[in-house]
Amino acid sequence: MRIDKDLVAASATPLVLGILTEGELYGYAILKRVGELSGGGMQWTDGMLYPLLHRLERLGYVSSSWGTSDAGRKRKHYAITPAGREALAERQEQWTVVADALRQVWQSAPRFPDAIQGLA
Amino acid sequence: MEPHAGLEAQIERWRGYVQRHQAISAADVDELEDHLRGQISDRQATGLDDEEAFLVAIKRLGNLDAVSHEFAREHSDRLWKQLVLVPEGSDDAGAPPWRELAVVLALAVGAGVAVKAGLAWINDGDALVRNAGLLVFPFLAGYFAFKRRVSVPVAVGLIVPFAVLAATLNLYPFMAGGSTGMLAALHALVVLWLLVGVAYAGGRWRSDRRRMDFVRFTGELAIYFTLLALGGAVLIALTAATLRTIGIDFEPVLEEWILPFAVPGALVVAAWLVEAKQQVVENIAPVLTRVFTPLTIAMLLVLLPVLATAGGLAGIDRNLLILMDAILILVLCLLLYSISARDALAPPGLFDALQLVLVAAALAVDALMLTAMLTRIAEFGSSPNKIAALGLNVVLLVHLLGAAWLAIGFLRGRRPFTAVERWQTRYLPVYGVWAAAVVLLFPPLFGFA
Repeated sequence: MRIDKDLVAASATPLVLGILTEGELYGYAILKRVGELSGGGMQWTDGMLYPLLHRLERLGYVSSSWGTSDAGRKRKHYAITPAGREALAERQEQWTVVADALRQVWQSAPRFPDAIQGLA
Repeated sequence: MEPHAGLEAQIERWRGYVQRHQAISAADVDELEDHLRGQISDRQATGLDDEEAFLVAIKRLGNLDAVSHEFAREHSDRLWKQLVLVPEGSDDAGAPPWRELAVVLALAVGAGVAVKAGLAWINDGDALVRNAGLLVFPFLAGYFAFKRRVSVPVAVGLIVPFAVLAATLNLYPFMAGGSTGMLAALHALVVLWLLVGVAYAGGRWRSDRRRMDFVRFTGELAIYFTLLALGGAVLIALTAATLRTIGIDFEPVLEEWILPFAVPGALVVAAWLVEAKQQVVENIAPVLTRVFTPLTIAMLLVLLPVLATAGGLAGIDRNLLILMDAILILVLCLLLYSISARDALAPPGLFDALQLVLVAAALAVDALMLTAMLTRIAEFGSSPNKIAALGLNVVLLVHLLGAAWLAIGFLRGRRPFTAVERWQTRYLPVYGVWAAAVVLLFPPLFGFA
């Protein structure tokens, strides 16, 4: 199942911050982790991750440092900062509210395919 | 990495392509490359070959323009590029990055010292005017000789004509207040400027592209020099006003010390700025040509009937002829700069037609002036000034005729734009030859009058 583009964009920041709470990572590894977590459902345009990371860095949510990869090439690592953890906590609350509201709506109204089955 | 040479070459090409996006900095390219390599090696692990893995990785990275747009949104400051005085991490090892700045400042001071020494030691006003260009030239040409690391033959090719000019301007027995001396001084500047062009091209002056680069350089230099002069004038005015309120007369210091150093120094610094900012800002000269081409056409169309009906052609004032020469040179500059900024592969457009109109109007003015000059010479006899002006007008006429002819061919789709461009760059030395003739031959021909 492919996730809608707007939904991917909206969840990108908490997802990246959340992944970074697991430890320092570089760009490509973050993207792979997103793929694993969503079972391949959340497809990003790879290149768009970096402007996002730079924005988070400017906001002070992540910090970056240059290291070297196993192959000896330059590699930029990102780590979450205390401010980033605070922002993540806030986002988590917001998402909980949204998810909660959605769950209630879906419980009161039957899912669309079920409704069709009911008619048959 | 021998088996992956093809892949490495592809990544290298990709890097070059990404780097052209202003919003993506060199560090970002490194980061994206690391990503690309990670994606490629993962694809290879699933059995794809180099080529396929590269293509998939590129595809997943996304449309580069869109990505660049995102980068630009995040780093909008990068679109306003910063001038870097001392380039960091320059790859050519050996030369410390601050060395160029030090050389430029030393040359700027040197030019100032030379002019100050000239002012102190040359008492004859005419001789001073003749030597002004000679005093500054070595420092400007020296900067490019340093920057381009010119070879010994090129250096000799710069020094010999310079020495010949210096000898001519100082050893010819010019009469005081004579016109040949003044003509030689003016035309020597043209020759010296073309020699700066040889230094600018690093000796590769036969190359059309280098010549066009020099044309661009000249335009940008004029603009930078003007900006520096304006800034300097503001500083001087503020200082003078402040000092006057406490009763100190600033003028002697200004005339004796500040201007002799500031003017030639600003020229050297402006030349360096043009070099340093090449990739930093868009060129300004071509932008100005877009604005001024239609305006100049309007001006010529107003002047033409006024001139044609201004009574007998012989009666036209000498100063008017000089002014018209200046206008024609301005037209040629407009033409050169719009050509230098034009994409040679773009199809003919409205602006090209507008340029042709400009050239046609200039040709009409030039023809009118030539008639006026010939009438004057027939009536009052020849003088060095008249012959020099006549020669310049003939040179300009041929230049404009060629430009018009080729522009018509281009507009009708018969010729590529490069033909138009090549005519301009190939014709430039003609001005040098004519100027050299005026410097070297006119004084003996007219008895140094």
